[in-house]
Amino acid sequence: MFVLKLLLKNAFRHRLRTLLTMVGMIVAVCAFGLLRTIIDAWYAGAEGTSSTRLVTRNAISLTFVLPLNYADRVRRVEGVTGVSWSNWFGGVYITERNFFPQFAVEPASYLALYPEYILPEAEKKAFLLDRQGAVVGRKLANQYGWKVGDQIPLRGTIFPGTWTFTLRGIWDGVDARTDEAQMLFHWKLLSENLRARGGQNADHVGVYIVGIDEPNNAPLISQRIDAQFKNSLAETLTETEKAFQLGFVSMSEAILVAVNAVSYVIIVIIMAVMANTMMMTARERLAEYATLKALGFPPAFVVKLLFGESLVIALGGGILGMLLTLPLAAAFAKAVGTLFPVFVVSDTTMLLQLAASVTVGAIAAAWPAWKMSRIDIVNGLRHVG
Amino acid sequence: MSVAGDGGAGQTLIRIRNLSKAYVRGEQFIPVLQGLDLDVRRAEFVALMGPSGSGKSTLLNLVAGIDKPSGGSIIVGGVDIATLSEGALADWRAAHVGFIFQFYNLMPVLTAFENVELPLLLTTLSRRERKAHVAAALDMVRLTDRVDHYPNELSGGQQQRVAIARALVTDPTLIVADEPTGDLDRVTGGEVLDLLDDLHRQLGKTIVMVTHDPKAAGRAERMVHLEKGVLVPDPAPGAV
Repeated sequence: MFVLKLLLKNAFRHRLRTLLTMVGMIVAVCAFGLLRTIIDAWYAGAEGTSSTRLVTRNAISLTFVLPLNYADRVRRVEGVTGVSWSNWFGGVYITERNFFPQFAVEPASYLALYPEYILPEAEKKAFLLDRQGAVVGRKLANQYGWKVGDQIPLRGTIFPGTWTFTLRGIWDGVDARTDEAQMLFHWKLLSENLRARGGQNADHVGVYIVGIDEPNNAPLISQRIDAQFKNSLAETLTETEKAFQLGFVSMSEAILVAVNAVSYVIIVIIMAVMANTMMMTARERLAEYATLKALGFPPAFVVKLLFGESLVIALGGGILGMLLTLPLAAAFAKAVGTLFPVFVVSDTTMLLQLAASVTVGAIAAAWPAWKMSRIDIVNGLRHVG
Repeated sequence: MSVAGDGGAGQTLIRIRNLSKAYVRGEQFIPVLQGLDLDVRRAEFVALMGPSGSGKSTLLNLVAGIDKPSGGSIIVGGVDIATLSEGALADWRAAHVGFIFQFYNLMPVLTAFENVELPLLLTTLSRRERKAHVAAALDMVRLTDRVDHYPNELSGGQQQRVAIARALVTDPTLIVADEPTGDLDRVTGGEVLDLLDDLHRQLGKTIVMVTHDPKAAGRAERMVHLEKGVLVPDPAPGAV
């Protein structure tokens, strides 16, 4: 108790210095947490995937489509429990800045494969019955203030013209990892429109979403599906939904590596600042540590005092930084809208923030503690702080 | 040169024989104490005097166990502290030595009470027992009305009295004082010397004090003079 009191009093002896160091810790831990959350958000699409879903696409590239008649053949593959399909629409809502993903999907089978989209039964029914209908995630609806029954006009970029949809339902994600920033509408509407305009690609889909019975069978089922279409005009490439999403993430991997590196560089910088603070502190108290040793306190006591003080400052700032990360992340998520469909400070990030704070505190104290534990008492007593 | 005490072996608390201390600075070898013999009797108040650089503080540091000799022996209470390891020496200091420094060396973040309590943390006393000991020590130095004051709220004399209370709270065998009045005015210094005198006369404490001040030294039972690292006989009366 006495030691705790002593180290706490020591920690706040130079209030301004301690305060500034803690502010540095708060900023560093906050920045670290936000950067980690951005990385997590990048991977959120992959993290929110299901292990019982596969994605089958054209083996050449995602920009090449697949015939609709593949659906029946995929459905007959052993281990497949359901098949749906979707096309990327790429429409613009009012201006290009309002980006969010829109997919033309086969609604009944698609919603069956995505049980994490919690849609009220009445809204689901209304959506299934309305060819012009659409459903969106809660986050997207909140961002634009949409409510059920609203008309949503989209300007097609890949598929020309103005497409107006009636919002029939708003889904909530089953958990924080579920994407709530998408829009789904009837694939048939797209197909009929394409047919009316000349028929090219009218009976083609972007990707097939394939439900499977057992996650462990994913490689085998993928092989079976792709084998069905070997040497055809449109060979397929089937992979797990996670691998499919990670394919997108890998396109921006260099950026992620840089963000990751910066997040750790910030911690290293604050570690240097903190170490400097502790070194100054130790130097100023040389005579006090010498006095303690003269009185009979072992070197370990001095080490304990310095480590304790360093940890109090680092953890104090670190915990405040962790707490501040939550509202800052919420504000950031609001500011960037649907750019990051899932932007949540994870438990892992908070644990990393805590671990970084402890590490900064411990490493910053290591050198001064070692030096002070070895000070010569006589020389230390001569020191005027 | 030796100035051994005149007490019998049973009364001798400190027995120093052939003590030497030298510092090495780069390639320079600087002898500070050379072949020194000295006895201090139990309950004796000894003043170490001498010009600057004579080695008196070095001798005090060696007797207090905060420095190691280059040669010779320092037997305090039957223990040759020159042979003790760092850890054993720290334990020995905690149990047997009370320190009074010129600049008090109090912990600025601790109150007078807490400063006095500090050495008791190294004992097995309970919190209640510690409080009783601290209260008694502060009473002894007449500072019971300043227990919650921090060092910067106390005058120099009061701070030195806190330091004296800290030195005696563990009931040490030996109290070492390095220029205890060096930073005080004459009146306050006199009060501090009165206290040391009380510790010596009333509590029978053995005190070894380094001082430049002949008047302060005059309060001791015996004066020991050092010059260039060796003990010299007491100067003639009036020469001090």
